[in-house]
Amino acid sequence: MKRLFISLLLGSILLPASTNAAEWLGYVSGQFRGFLEDPLDPRQHNTYLSAAAEPEFYHSWDDINQSFNAKLFYRIDQYDDNRTHGDIRELSWTGVFDYFEVRAGISKVFWGVAETQHLVDIINQTDLVENVDGEDKLGQPMVKLSTEQDWGIIDFFVLPGFRERTFPGVEGRPRPNVVIDTDSDAIYDFSSGQDHVDLAVRYSHYIGEWEFGLSYFSGIGREPSDFVPTAFDASGQPTVVVPVYSLINQAGIDGQAFFGDWTWKLEAINTEFRSGARKGSHNFQSVFGFEYTWVGFTGAVSDLGFVVEYHYSDRNKRETIFDNDLATALRYVMNDAQSTEVLFGFLTDAETYTISSFIEASTRLGESWVLEGELRTYSGTEEGRPLFSYRFDNFAQVDLAYYF
Amino acid sequence: MNHRIVNAAMLAVTISLLPFSTMAETPEEKGLAIAIEADKRDEGFGDSTANMIMELKNKQGDTSTRYIRIKTLEVIGDGDKSMSIFDKPADVKGTAFLTYSHAIKPDEQWLYLPALKRVKRINSKNKSGPFMGSEFAYEDIASQEIEKYTYKYLRDETLNGIDTFVIERYPAYKHSGYTRQVVWVNKEEYRPEKIVFYDRKNTLLKTLTYGDYQQYLDQYWRADQMFMENHQTGKSTTLTWDNYNFKTGLSDKDFNRNSLKRAK
Repeated sequence: MKRLFISLLLGSILLPASTNAAEWLGYVSGQFRGFLEDPLDPRQHNTYLSAAAEPEFYHSWDDINQSFNAKLFYRIDQYDDNRTHGDIRELSWTGVFDYFEVRAGISKVFWGVAETQHLVDIINQTDLVENVDGEDKLGQPMVKLSTEQDWGIIDFFVLPGFRERTFPGVEGRPRPNVVIDTDSDAIYDFSSGQDHVDLAVRYSHYIGEWEFGLSYFSGIGREPSDFVPTAFDASGQPTVVVPVYSLINQAGIDGQAFFGDWTWKLEAINTEFRSGARKGSHNFQSVFGFEYTWVGFTGAVSDLGFVVEYHYSDRNKRETIFDNDLATALRYVMNDAQSTEVLFGFLTDAETYTISSFIEASTRLGESWVLEGELRTYSGTEEGRPLFSYRFDNFAQVDLAYYF
Repeated sequence: MNHRIVNAAMLAVTISLLPFSTMAETPEEKGLAIAIEADKRDEGFGDSTANMIMELKNKQGDTSTRYIRIKTLEVIGDGDKSMSIFDKPADVKGTAFLTYSHAIKPDEQWLYLPALKRVKRINSKNKSGPFMGSEFAYEDIASQEIEKYTYKYLRDETLNGIDTFVIERYPAYKHSGYTRQVVWVNKEEYRPEKIVFYDRKNTLLKTLTYGDYQQYLDQYWRADQMFMENHQTGKSTTLTWDNYNFKTGLSDKDFNRNSLKRAK
């Protein structure tokens, strides 16, 4: 595989530029994160500075039927050693043969329709140190075969090279009160361990105003199935844990339908554990809701969207924040030259009334700069629930990025 | 295009050529006949590719520029398929829209977000929203099919030295942002020279002026300049087109969701 990339890379440089499209793009950004209260753990801090870069190279040839794409990511964080990290987001070759497409290398795919939780999206591991919202993903080695026909799209995936989830380090914030140790070896509760080759398939199609997808994954669950304590404090409480990864089969369904200004959305997964302590057990999780768009609500060109999504999970309430929760959000899209957008919302737990709120806003400055602001708060958290560790971790974040 | 309507209308055109029935042609029939002739003259282009620079200007004169590549596939019997790929601003580079446009029912439209690698189906009921913050609505840049409007011939007029038919057209799509549009159609070439848009309250909203027409393959006229002025906000958008190519060999498989993800 490595040799293929090198020869492709060399090929792309040596081929005459006139017959090829080759280009560089990407961004460099600076970030400030400030917390409103002192941390639970004195090793954490109140303000964090960090900087990131994501250069990308794209090159196509053979009448754009073949292409090579490389995207590297690196972040330096002032305090958090785990957040100072790099990743190959993309390093792949794509070939198109009539109605078939083949991709080989490190890449990323997205599945699903929901806005506040991505349940069916399982191919790529979450780069959780990037942001607590889990939207950032690590590059995944894959061979993908895809075909789009009148009856829909089928994608087949062979996924060698499991990626472990990233977690904030000792000085990182926000983080769970118990430090998740990613420097020591993670535990795989099955014999092949990290070398296991995962498989996945997805079918997706649309009929008029209805769109749907069916997916199946067999391999190492991206989310740790458990955490094993490796260090304890004087009272015997764990202070450090290592993640445990298990084999799973996961079936997923997602769909959306458009009725006028309404978009209805559904995602659901059934996860079956095939190894370790949970072997044979199942979990069901779903998110269901709608987005209503009020077009031109100020009488002019801006749109106001209402997002409502209900989350259900039959998992242990200690493990997921989306057990019985309602997400409500407002999306304001100005439709201006600066592409200004604001997303403001709450995630409310139906039993504990824990409320986590978020505001995400972004606007373009000039032609090349993007300013983003983010605010996250946690209130009414209860002991024993996942968000309890975050009770003093209300924070604001500002990102300024230069795109080239 | 809907052939039944076209055939019926062609019949109307044929009849109208007969001297005795010319007198009986209503303004509606004449308006439709002009639209049909304009449509006929643009038929058979197959596919096209072009580059577009979109310059947005606000009331204060501040400008913002987008670079977009556009591919179009002519679809016989329906609205065209198109793909718009953004090159600038840099933060939206690689963002692409795939549109299957339809005359009366909502378009099918997908947006590709390269940072998330997400293809997102867009609720496209609303065709009146602004295209990327510009003064052009989605319905203004979509392919113009005969069935999208009903027509009425108003008068002949000389516009900047060009002989034109002035026709009025009324959107058939119930969620259109307009009550009516007045179109100045070049009498010789049957291409639009100017369009005036009236909003849902029938108030003057925008004027679109076409400039620097070029002819391709000895048949198809495309304007290199399109200037849209919003009279209500004082904002304007100029589209500058270049590098037009026709019959490049594009087909259905270049306008599907997988090709959207590869658009770059």
